[in-house]
Amino acid sequence: MKRLFSLLLTAVLLVSTFSAPASALSIAVTINVYNWGQYIADGTDDSLDVIDAFEEAYPNIKVNYMTFDSNESMYTKLKAGGSTFDVIVPSDYMVQKLAQEGMLEELDFSNIPNYKYIDDSFKNLSYDPDNLYSVPYTWGCVGLIYNTQYVDPEDVGSWDLLWNEKYAGKILMFDNPRDAFAIAEARLGYSINTEDPTLLTLSANLLREQKPLVQAYVMDQIFDKMQRGEAWIAPYYAGDYLTMVEENPDLEFCFPEEGFNLFVDALCIPKGAEHKTEAEIFINFLLDPEICAQNLEYLGYSAASSAAKELMDPELAENPVAYPDEETLARGSAFMSLSQQGSQEMDSLWLTVKTADTATTVYLIMTVAAIGLVVFLWIFFKVRKRKRKARRCAKWKSA
Amino acid sequence: MKRKWLSGPYVLWMVLFTLIPLGVVFYYALTDSMTGEFTLSNLASIADYWPIFLRSIWLSIIATLICLVIGYPVAYFIAHCKPTTQRLLQMLIMLPMCISFLLRTLAWVALLEDTGIINSFIAKLGLSPLPLIRNNGAVILGMVYNYLPYMILPLFTVLMKIDPRVVEAAEDLGCNSRQVFSKVILPLSVPGIVSGITMVFVPAVSTFYISQKLGSPGTILIGDVIESQFKAAYNPNLGAALSLVLMVLIFACVGVMNRFTNDDEESMVTL
Repeated sequence: MKRLFSLLLTAVLLVSTFSAPASALSIAVTINVYNWGQYIADGTDDSLDVIDAFEEAYPNIKVNYMTFDSNESMYTKLKAGGSTFDVIVPSDYMVQKLAQEGMLEELDFSNIPNYKYIDDSFKNLSYDPDNLYSVPYTWGCVGLIYNTQYVDPEDVGSWDLLWNEKYAGKILMFDNPRDAFAIAEARLGYSINTEDPTLLTLSANLLREQKPLVQAYVMDQIFDKMQRGEAWIAPYYAGDYLTMVEENPDLEFCFPEEGFNLFVDALCIPKGAEHKTEAEIFINFLLDPEICAQNLEYLGYSAASSAAKELMDPELAENPVAYPDEETLARGSAFMSLSQQGSQEMDSLWLTVKTADTATTVYLIMTVAAIGLVVFLWIFFKVRKRKRKARRCAKWKSA
Repeated sequence: MKRKWLSGPYVLWMVLFTLIPLGVVFYYALTDSMTGEFTLSNLASIADYWPIFLRSIWLSIIATLICLVIGYPVAYFIAHCKPTTQRLLQMLIMLPMCISFLLRTLAWVALLEDTGIINSFIAKLGLSPLPLIRNNGAVILGMVYNYLPYMILPLFTVLMKIDPRVVEAAEDLGCNSRQVFSKVILPLSVPGIVSGITMVFVPAVSTFYISQKLGSPGTILIGDVIESQFKAAYNPNLGAALSLVLMVLIFACVGVMNRFTNDDEESMVTL
C-alpha cells in the first residue's frame, strides 16, 4: 500500500513538473521582472498600476514581479543561479560590472522604439559607453533625510550629521557597502570610486567610528522608520524622500556639501533570459512617456526623458530635490564599477565594520565560566555517584 | 524488522537533502572562493569571528537558563492539572507557534521600539522613554519568547510520566516535600531538562532574525554573519566554514548535555 502511494505521489509530481511549462506556453508567456523594492507604481495612492496596465496591453504576457533591496543582493541572486530573470534593474556601476562579467544580453533596440524619448545626456554614459546593454529607468541623488522636529538646523549641511553624537541611536545607515563607503569617502574628501586599500581602510575606520551611533543598517525599512519618527536621520535616495515626505511632512532633504552619489538605475536583460523579446516589449512599455510619467510621479525619482517630464505634475517636475540645479548637480559624482579586487576589498572591510565587536573579553570570560560550570557539575555528579556506589557496596559487603 | 523498506523514502530523503548538502557544505568550507582549490584559509579566518561566536553562545546560554527557570514550574503545574485543563493549557502554549515566527518577532519590535506601544504609553504618563530595544536584553527576550514552548513541552511530557506511586513511596519513607522534589522528581525529569535545553539552545545559538530585529548593529550574532556571507558578501565558502564550526560547537554542547542523561539513567537503576 505504502509503495503504491509513493509511486502515485512520484507520478503526480512528474506529471505536474512536465505539464506546467507546456500549459504556460499555450496560454501566456511569463516574464520574471526583478526590481528594487517599492520601485514601480502599483496602484496605491491613485497611481497607475503599471504591471496591470502592461498585462492589459499585452494579454499574452504575464509579469512575475520580484524585488531586491540592494545591487549586491541582486548580484548574488544572479550569480547563485537557480532562477532566471528576464528584466533586472541594476544601478550604473552594477550594469558595468555585470556587463564586464558577461552577464547581460545585448538589447535589440528595434524592439524598443521608445528609446528615442530618452534624453541624449542619458545615452552612452560611462557605465555602458556603447549603449549595448541598458536603458535608463530613473536617475537621482543620494542625500541626507532628517526630521526637522528633532534635528537642529545648525547641524545640517554636511555628512557630519551622521556622526553627530547628539543623535546617537536615531541614525540609520545604508546596508550595502557601496553606498556606505561613498558617504565615508565623500566626508574624507576621497573619490567615491577609489580602490586604494589605505583610503578604503581609513573610510572603514570612519564607518566603524559611526557604528555605536547607528540604530540599524537598513534599506527599505528606512521608509517606515523615518516616517514614524523611530529614526531621525538617514542617508537615502532623493526620490524616496519625496515618497516619505508625503507621509511625514516634518522630513527634510539636504544635498551634503562634501558631494554625493549621482546614480542611474537602468533596465537590463540578464544572460539566460528565457523571453528576451517579451522582456524588450516590457522595457519599451516602461519608456512610453505617458507610462513613464505616471510611474515616476508615484516613485518620485527623476526621469531621463524630457518627453515624460513634460507630462508630469509640474510641482514634481520642478521640485529641486528631484531635479536639482546645475550647481548642486556639479557636486554629485557617479559610481564606476570597481575591479573585482577593489570590490572584494570593500566587501570584506564592510563586513569587518558590521561585525566589529568591542566587548570581547567579557564574553570570553563569561562563556568559559559557563562551560566550566557545566563540566564541573558533570564531574561533581559523577564523583558523587561513584562514592555512593562504593559506600553501598561496602555496606552490602559488611552485611 | 521485516518491513525495512518502509523507511526507504525517508532514507532517500535523508541522503538527498541532508547528507549530500552536508557534503556540499564541507566542500565549500574547504575550497577557495576564487580558485576553487583546497584550502584551510576559510577555517582559519574564523579567528576574526570568535567574539561573535562567544556572544552567540553566551546569549543563548542565558536564554536557555531563563527558559528552564520559567518553563520548569509551568510544566510541573500543567502536569498536575486535570487532563482537560492539561489539554487546554498545552494548546495555549502551542498557540503562538501557529503564528509565523517572523511576525511574532516583528510584533515585539512594535511593542519595544522608541516610538512603540510601551514607550508611547510611558511618554503619555510624562516619563522619559526606556531603552527597551537594541540591546542584549531585548535579544534574550526574543529568544526566550520564541523558544519557551520547546522547553515546556518536553519537560511536561517527562513530568507527566512520573509514576505518582514513586512520589508516594518517597513520602512514606519519610521524605519531606523538598526532598521528594530534589531526590525523586528532579532526577527523574533530567531527560526532559536535557532535551528542553537542547531544543532551546540549538536554535537560539544559530538564530539571526531575532538579533537583527531586536538587537543593535553592535549585537549581531553568528547567524547574522553567516547570512550576510551568503546574501550580501557573496562568499559562500566562508559562510560554509562558519556554519561548519557552529555545527561542531553545537554537537559538542549536545554531546556534553547527553552525558547527563546517560549518567542519570544508570543512577536511577542504582538508586
